[in-house]
Amino acid sequence: MMELLRERKYLQFLLLIVIFILMCKLIPATEGNWLWRLPSLLAQFPTFIYESVTFLMEDWWLIDVYDPDINEYEQKPLVREITRSIAAAVLFMIELVREIMLGGVKTIVAFTSWDYVSDNEWAELPGLPWTVVTGGVAILGYHLGGIKLALFAGLSFVYIAVFGQWEPSMQTLSFVLIAAPMAILIGLLLGIWGYKSKTVANILDPILNVAQIMPHFAYLIPVVVFFSIGDHAGAVATIIYATPPMVRLTMLGLKKVPPEVTEAGRMSGCTDWQLMRRVLIPTARRDILIGVNQVIMQCLAMVVIASLIGAKGLGSNLLIALNGLRIGLALEIGVCIVLIALVLDKLSLAWANKPTDYFADQSFKQRHKHSLWFLGVFVVGVLLAWIGSFQFKEGFNYLNVIPHNKGITTEPFWQWGVDKIWDTFFYPLNEFNKWFIVEVLAPVKKAYLAMPVAATFTLAMGTAFIVGGIRSALIVGGYLLFIALTEWWDRALITAYLMTMAVLIAGAIGIVVGTLCAQHSTTSRMLLTWCDTLQTFPSFIYLIPVMMLFGVTDTSVLIAVVVYATIPAARYTVVGLNSVPASLHDAATMSGVNRIQRFLSIELPMSFPHLALGINQTVVFALAMVVIGALIGTDDLGQLILGSLSDREGVGTGLILGFCVAFIGLAIDQILRTWANQRKAALGIPD
Amino acid sequence: MATETSIASEPVIRCESVYKVFGKNAKRMMKECGGVVDPVKFREADCIVGVDNASFEVHQGELLIIMGLSGSGKSTLLRCISRLTQSTAGKIFIEGQDITSMGNRQLIKLRRNKMGMVFQSFALLPHKTVLENIAFPLQVKGISTKESIKRAQEMIDLVSLSGRENYFPRELSGGQQQRVGIARSLAIEPDIWFLDEPFSALDPLIRKEMQDEFLRIQGVLSKTILFVTHDFDEALRLADRIAIMKDGIIEQLDTPANIVLNPATEYVRKFTEEVPREKVLKIESVMDPVNPGDTFDDISVSSDAVIETVAEVVLNSRKPVSVVNGSGEVVGAVHASKLVSLLFGGHSKETLAQEALAQKTSDRAS
Repeated sequence: MMELLRERKYLQFLLLIVIFILMCKLIPATEGNWLWRLPSLLAQFPTFIYESVTFLMEDWWLIDVYDPDINEYEQKPLVREITRSIAAAVLFMIELVREIMLGGVKTIVAFTSWDYVSDNEWAELPGLPWTVVTGGVAILGYHLGGIKLALFAGLSFVYIAVFGQWEPSMQTLSFVLIAAPMAILIGLLLGIWGYKSKTVANILDPILNVAQIMPHFAYLIPVVVFFSIGDHAGAVATIIYATPPMVRLTMLGLKKVPPEVTEAGRMSGCTDWQLMRRVLIPTARRDILIGVNQVIMQCLAMVVIASLIGAKGLGSNLLIALNGLRIGLALEIGVCIVLIALVLDKLSLAWANKPTDYFADQSFKQRHKHSLWFLGVFVVGVLLAWIGSFQFKEGFNYLNVIPHNKGITTEPFWQWGVDKIWDTFFYPLNEFNKWFIVEVLAPVKKAYLAMPVAATFTLAMGTAFIVGGIRSALIVGGYLLFIALTEWWDRALITAYLMTMAVLIAGAIGIVVGTLCAQHSTTSRMLLTWCDTLQTFPSFIYLIPVMMLFGVTDTSVLIAVVVYATIPAARYTVVGLNSVPASLHDAATMSGVNRIQRFLSIELPMSFPHLALGINQTVVFALAMVVIGALIGTDDLGQLILGSLSDREGVGTGLILGFCVAFIGLAIDQILRTWANQRKAALGIPD
Repeated sequence: MATETSIASEPVIRCESVYKVFGKNAKRMMKECGGVVDPVKFREADCIVGVDNASFEVHQGELLIIMGLSGSGKSTLLRCISRLTQSTAGKIFIEGQDITSMGNRQLIKLRRNKMGMVFQSFALLPHKTVLENIAFPLQVKGISTKESIKRAQEMIDLVSLSGRENYFPRELSGGQQQRVGIARSLAIEPDIWFLDEPFSALDPLIRKEMQDEFLRIQGVLSKTILFVTHDFDEALRLADRIAIMKDGIIEQLDTPANIVLNPATEYVRKFTEEVPREKVLKIESVMDPVNPGDTFDDISVSSDAVIETVAEVVLNSRKPVSVVNGSGEVVGAVHASKLVSLLFGGHSKETLAQEALAQKTSDRAS
C-alpha cells in the first residue's frame, strides 16, 4: 500500500484531497481556533513600517541646508533632501518636454523666478503647433523606418489631435518620454551589473521575482511617502514599475551571448567598455529590445494608475470617463494610449535596427535632408498657426492646438450603441449577470471563505511537497504563513477566488484556442500576432468593453481578467505545441498513429512544460488584473490597497497588502515552475 | 615551409610547462602536486585538468596544428596562448614577452596589433554587416571609419566575397560566414594567426574548398599559425608540424611524415593506421642512397614531393628515378619496386580487410 502510494503521484493527490475535505468538514469555524484562522500577529507591522518611514523622512540624519529665502542654514533630514532633489530634477525634465509641446512658463521659472515671469510677458515657451509635432513624428518615422512607419506615426498623431485629446496626450507623452528612457537606462545598468557580478545577480533575482507580481498600486504608496504627489511621483512610480523586466531581459540577453562571440570581441582587442558596448549589448539586442518594448508598455499601462497620484494626462481623463460611465469617451482615450504606445515602440525598434551605409558619399543636403524637412514643416506649421490666430475668432486656434473636447468625437455613436445593447439585451444580460453572480460566483466565494486555514495550508503545501519535495513545501508554506499572519487572510481568499476562477476559465479557453490554432502554421502565426497586439494594450483598456455590458459588478472584473489572462495561456499553448520536433511527428506518423492519438500521446506530453509556464503567466496576468479590477469595485486585497492610497498612514498597509498579492503569485509560481522544470528535465528539453 | 630560415631567431610562440586546471581549488592543487598532475586525484578535488605540461615552440612562418578529439584540451591550450583563459601554471612567451603576466592594457595592445583568431562557430557579430564585421577590429583600435572600411574592402577581395559587403551574417552560408571570420581575423595584419577548428562546422565539400582557400591565403601571407582541429586528415594536409593531444597531454609533436612513420604512442598509432602513406610521405623517406654506376631514367623528382603526386611517373619508368634536392643536386634514387610495396603491399588496411573477409567466410561455412 505504502509502496504504491510512493510511486503513484495521482494517488498521493487523491489522498491529499481527501484529507483536505475532511479538514474542511471537521475544523469548526470558531473565533480563537488557530486551525480555523491564525491570529494576526503581523497586525502591528504596517504601523511599524509607517513609523520607520516617517522617522527616516523626518528625523534621521539631519544635515545643514542653506536656505536662500531666509539667508540661513537650516536642519533638514538627509533622505528628504535627496528625494526632493530627485523629484525636482525629474519634474524639471517632464516640464521641459511638456512645454516644448504645449507651451508654458515653468521651465523659465526654474531658471529665474515667478516674479521674473510675471514681470516679463514674453518669458513663456510658446509650444509647438500640433501640425509641427505631427509632421516631426512622421519625418522621424520616415527617417528611421520608411514610408510605412511615417504614415502610421503621422496618422496616429492626427487622430490624437483631431479627437481633441492633444493636450492630455502630450502631457502623457512628456511623462513617458522621461520615464521610459530612465527606466531603460537604469534597467540596462542594473542588468549589466548583474551580468558581471554573481553576487548582484543573486540579490537582484528575488527582488525581481517579487517586483514582477507586485500589483501596480502597491508601488504608489511608498512613492507618495518619499516623493509626495504630482507628475514626478507618477514618473518615479512608473520607473520603479517598468525597470524590473528591463533588468531581467538585459541579464538574460547578455547571458545568452555565445562565448565565442565574446572571445572574438576580446581577440579583436576590445577594452571592457568596447566589449560591452559594441559586442555584448548589440549581440544581446533581441532580448534587450524586448525589454525596451516591455518598458514602454509598462509605462503606458502605468499612465492610468500614476494618475491616481497626480500624473496629468490621458490617465486621469480615462479614469474620470470610466467613473462617469462615458464608455465612448473612455474608448477614444484608450485608443490614444494604445497609439502612443505603438508609435513609441515601433520608433524605438526602428531606431535600434537602422543600418548605416558607408559607401554613400553624401552631400550636406542629403545627409541632413530630414532635419531640413523638419525645418520646413516647422516654418509652415508656425505660419499656419499664425494665420489661424486671425481666422478663428472665438479664441480657439485649431491650427495651433485643437482644444480638449473640441475635436471630433464618436462618443454619441458609442453611447447610442451601449444604449441600444442595454435596451435590447438588458433583460438577458441582466439575467445572466444575476444568475452568474448568485449561482456561480457567490457560492464559490463562500466556499473559499469557509476553508479553515489549516486545510488551505495542507492543500497548498501538500501539492508543493508532491511536486517538488520538502523544499518547495517549505517555500510555499512560508509565503502563505506571511499572508495568514496579517489581518487580511479573508481578503486574500477573495483575491484567490477571483484569480482561480479567472485562471480556470482563461486556461481552458486559451488551451483550447491555442490547440486549435496550432494545427496550422497560418492560424498559429495569426494567433501569435493577435497575442502580441492584445498584450500591447494597457491592462486597463480591457475594463472598458465589459463595463459596457455588465456594469460595475464582479462579473465585469472576472470577464476582463479572463480576457486579459487568456493571452499568455493561448500563446504558450501554441508555442509549446509548435516546438515539438518535426522528426518526432514523422516518427509518430510512421508508427501509424491518427491525429488524436498523436495529439494525446506525443504533442500534449511534450508541450506540458510550456503549458505549465503558460498557466504560470496566466496567474501573473490574472492577479495583476484582479487588483486593477479594484478600480471598478471589488472587495478583495486590491480594494484595500486602493483604500490605503488615500490613507495618510497607509504606506505600511499598502506595502504589506502588495506583498500578500505577490506572495499568492509566488506560491503558485513555485509549484508550477518546479513542475515544469522537472518535466523539462525528464523530457530532455533544454531551457 | 619556412622552418629552416628561422631556427636561429627567437620562436614566435614558446610554451614552457603550461598547465590549465579548471575548478575552484585549481591553484591550491597545482601548488600541492609539485608538477606531477594526477588526474584522478584532481577530479576528487573537483578539478578538471585541461592542459597538462605543454611545452613547445612555434617559429616564424610555421603552421603548427594541434590535433585531438573533443575534450583533449586542444582548444583550451589555444585559449591559454591567446590568453582568453588564464593558464594555471607555466609560462607562455609571444615574441619573447611573457603573456601570462601581462596587464590588461598590454594584452589589448598585443591583440590589436599582433593576433587574429578564427572561431569554430564563426562568432560574427549578428548586428553588423559583412563589411562592418571585418572593419570591427580596426575600428576598435581607433582607426578612422574611412580608412578601416577601405582596409576591410581589401580583405573582402582577399577572401573572394566581393558583392556581399552589405549582407548580414544570417544571410550567408556557413562557408561564406567563415570567410568573413577569416577576413576579420586578418584585418589588422596580425603576425600570429589562431584558428580554432575553423572548418569543423562546414560540409565536407565546402571544407575541402576552404582548406584550399586557406592554403592559398597562407601562401600569400605566410603567418605564424596555430591551428586546432579534430580532423587528422585535415592536420596531415595542412600542417608543417602536428601536436597530438590526449587528456591534456601532448602525446607527440612532429612533422606529419614522422608521425605516420614513427607514432610515439599506441594512441597516435591508432590515428595513423588508416592513413594512406603515399598521401603523407615524401619521396626522401623511400629513396635509396645513390650507388656509383647506377643508371637513371631521364626524368628526376624533387625530394620533398609527396609520393602520391609523383608515383605515376616513377612506376612508369623502367629504370630507377633520380631524386634531386632544392638546389638540383642528386641526393638519392627511387625504385619502382619500393613504391609498389608501399602502395600495395603489407598495408595494415589491406591486412585488416583480408582478415575480415576470412572471418566472414568461416562464419558462413559454420
